[in-house]
Amino acid sequence: MKFFPLVWANLTRHKRRTALTTLSVALALFLFASLRSVVTTLRATGEVGSETRMIVQSAKAIVFFLPMSYRERLLAVPGVQAASWANWFGGVYQDPKNFFAQFAVDPESYLDVYAGDYDMPADQRAAFIRERTGCIVGKSLLDKFGWHLGQNVTLTGTIFEGDWPVTIRGVFRSLDPVFSEDAMLVHYDMVYERYPTWVRPGWYVLQLKNPALAPQVAAAIDSEFKNSSDPTKTGSERAFNASFVTMWGNVSFLMDSIGMAVVFAILLVAANSMMLSARERTNEVGVLKTVGFGDRLLFGLVMAEAGGIAAAGAVLGLGAATVLWPAIHFSAMGFLPGFRVTPGTLALGLGIAVLLAVASGLLPALSAARLSAVQALRHVE
Amino acid sequence: MKIPLVYNIRSLARRPVSNAMTALGVAFVVGVFIATLALANGFRMALVKTGSPDNVVVLRKGADSELASGISRDHAAIIGALPEIATASDGAPLVSPEVFVPMDIASASGGGAQLVVTRGVTTRAFEVRRSVHITAGRMFAPGRDEVIIGAAIAPRLAHSAVGDTIHFGGRGWLVTGHFAAGGSAFESEVWGQNEQLMPVLRGEFFQVVVFRLRDRSRFGAVQQKLQNDPRLQVDARRESDFYASQSVVLRTILNFLAIFITSIMAVGAIFGAVNTMYAAVASRTSEIAVLLTLGFRPRSVLASFLAEAAFLALVGGLVGCLVALPINGIVTSTTNWSSFSMIAFQFLVTPRILVEGLIFSLVMGVLGGFFPARRAARMPVVEAIR
Repeated sequence: MKFFPLVWANLTRHKRRTALTTLSVALALFLFASLRSVVTTLRATGEVGSETRMIVQSAKAIVFFLPMSYRERLLAVPGVQAASWANWFGGVYQDPKNFFAQFAVDPESYLDVYAGDYDMPADQRAAFIRERTGCIVGKSLLDKFGWHLGQNVTLTGTIFEGDWPVTIRGVFRSLDPVFSEDAMLVHYDMVYERYPTWVRPGWYVLQLKNPALAPQVAAAIDSEFKNSSDPTKTGSERAFNASFVTMWGNVSFLMDSIGMAVVFAILLVAANSMMLSARERTNEVGVLKTVGFGDRLLFGLVMAEAGGIAAAGAVLGLGAATVLWPAIHFSAMGFLPGFRVTPGTLALGLGIAVLLAVASGLLPALSAARLSAVQALRHVE
Repeated sequence: MKIPLVYNIRSLARRPVSNAMTALGVAFVVGVFIATLALANGFRMALVKTGSPDNVVVLRKGADSELASGISRDHAAIIGALPEIATASDGAPLVSPEVFVPMDIASASGGGAQLVVTRGVTTRAFEVRRSVHITAGRMFAPGRDEVIIGAAIAPRLAHSAVGDTIHFGGRGWLVTGHFAAGGSAFESEVWGQNEQLMPVLRGEFFQVVVFRLRDRSRFGAVQQKLQNDPRLQVDARRESDFYASQSVVLRTILNFLAIFITSIMAVGAIFGAVNTMYAAVASRTSEIAVLLTLGFRPRSVLASFLAEAAFLALVGGLVGCLVALPINGIVTSTTNWSSFSMIAFQFLVTPRILVEGLIFSLVMGVLGGFFPARRAARMPVVEAIR
């Protein structure tokens, strides 16, 4: 510890160089943490969903509707406690760029099935259920568009043609990522009323009595409808969410490769800066050795300097990524709900910082340790 | 008077390791820059190439994608009777009413199904879409459960070889051929006859009607006519514009990614160049003093060091281009969120992207070299030469 002032003096000798190098390291780790978080967030979206809920969708493809009559038949399957249904509404608010998810649901049963995953005052829930043109929105969506309770919002249907004026009757907070706060719920009946011959449930959500029975329930349902004109595909809610994540393709490979390139590029910057400093101080190393500094100590001093830069960069970069993204509510138009830097990513980032310190400091530190005093003093830059 | 560039190149060669590191740092940035742009570009081109400016796509009013559209048989017949539609050699109008539905089809790698666009067309579709041609096997025969599969998606689906039976929509379909379509998004689709696919898909209506114009300059008039027809509730779009617009969501994401990542990386690389150039200026203090004493103007010294930094970065940029070039043509796939289905496309490195990469590296060099070069130019001669 008593050599701290010496390391500090060395770091502050070229203030600009130290600052720039530290900032490069910070930028690299910021970028690394952000890219990595895209992967972890996507993975997390694929892992949300309760084990006691199952999704029944058309076996042909998710865009096919299922008959309304399935509700009673699904409820009759042993092990099924409750059933509700939903549709992707696909409306546009003012501009297609304002993308957010809307679901047309059967309000009462849907909110029951998802009880515990959201938080909303009971009177707002009742007001929503009562009014066919009512809707509820997540708090973060409400804030994003600056809406308020009771406001009229008009959606333009892309799937269900026409203008759909709805009134905000409730605002919910999400307690579980499966119930996204960037979403709006409207009445299925509102859509059905206008398109009675066409609209049917897009998918059913089932609540099971016992999650252990899930495989049997799924098999029973799919075999029941197998030979109908609308065969079903039943799976856990988690698998349903995961299937959307796999649709992105190989995102993690892309993000990881870019992350690697970033780390390497900055490693070069940091290593170069350490080498420049070391070269300029060859004479000093000779002096220090002459006055009795040991090889090991000199090695340690250079490594401490590299470590200082990497540590400062790590704190700045990883800290910025951790604070910035949640602060601006970044969610990539809802594609990356709850985007944040996980502890695992932070640990990985710190590991990279250590690696950076070792890789950039090792060569200069070794050469400082190995240098003979005579040679060093003779050295002319 | 100008200081010859060879002075800078020889100076760079005196510190090979440090300069190589700086150049490599720039190379990584340029490499990532080119790779991300090539990804966005490849995706855009796949969709842009899908449409032809000679063709018109008719969708239900308000539908922003083929997926959301629906057009009844009666309306399709009205649209098909337009006199502006080009005719084939046998006199029939070049119009193709099509069904379009993403279907779950088992993927080749195992692990479940993925959504793939299934398009039901008429045999006229091949005259309307002239880029489409069979590469293996034969066309599907009208009136039979037969399909042809796009060349880009075929390797990613199970049972997709010619002669196999592929399953979707609760039925088996004989694969009679594969087709190519100039690298466009059609190559990520499965095609069959519309009358065969319609009952399995979504009932008695088409999703789009596509026709070829007799005269492409008449598009505006035809569009007016269709949209004002009281019998119809449709939007008409030029096919090339329509498919380009279908890439907007993903393209916005990819471009944001390219700009976000590379600009942050670039700042890091510029800092590296600044460090290197300051060190270079500091270690060559006496040289610079000599140059100034000899009568070179400060302006020349500034230009000389700027050129040195730019040259260093340009070498890095060239290396970056070379490193990124092999990704050209690599096929990758993702979901096009407008059709909700898988689309396979290639990384596309164009000369323009390479030039942009080189310009980018030059900019990094000049920005990184400016302050060090200015310090060199302003050096007090008398002190420096001591």
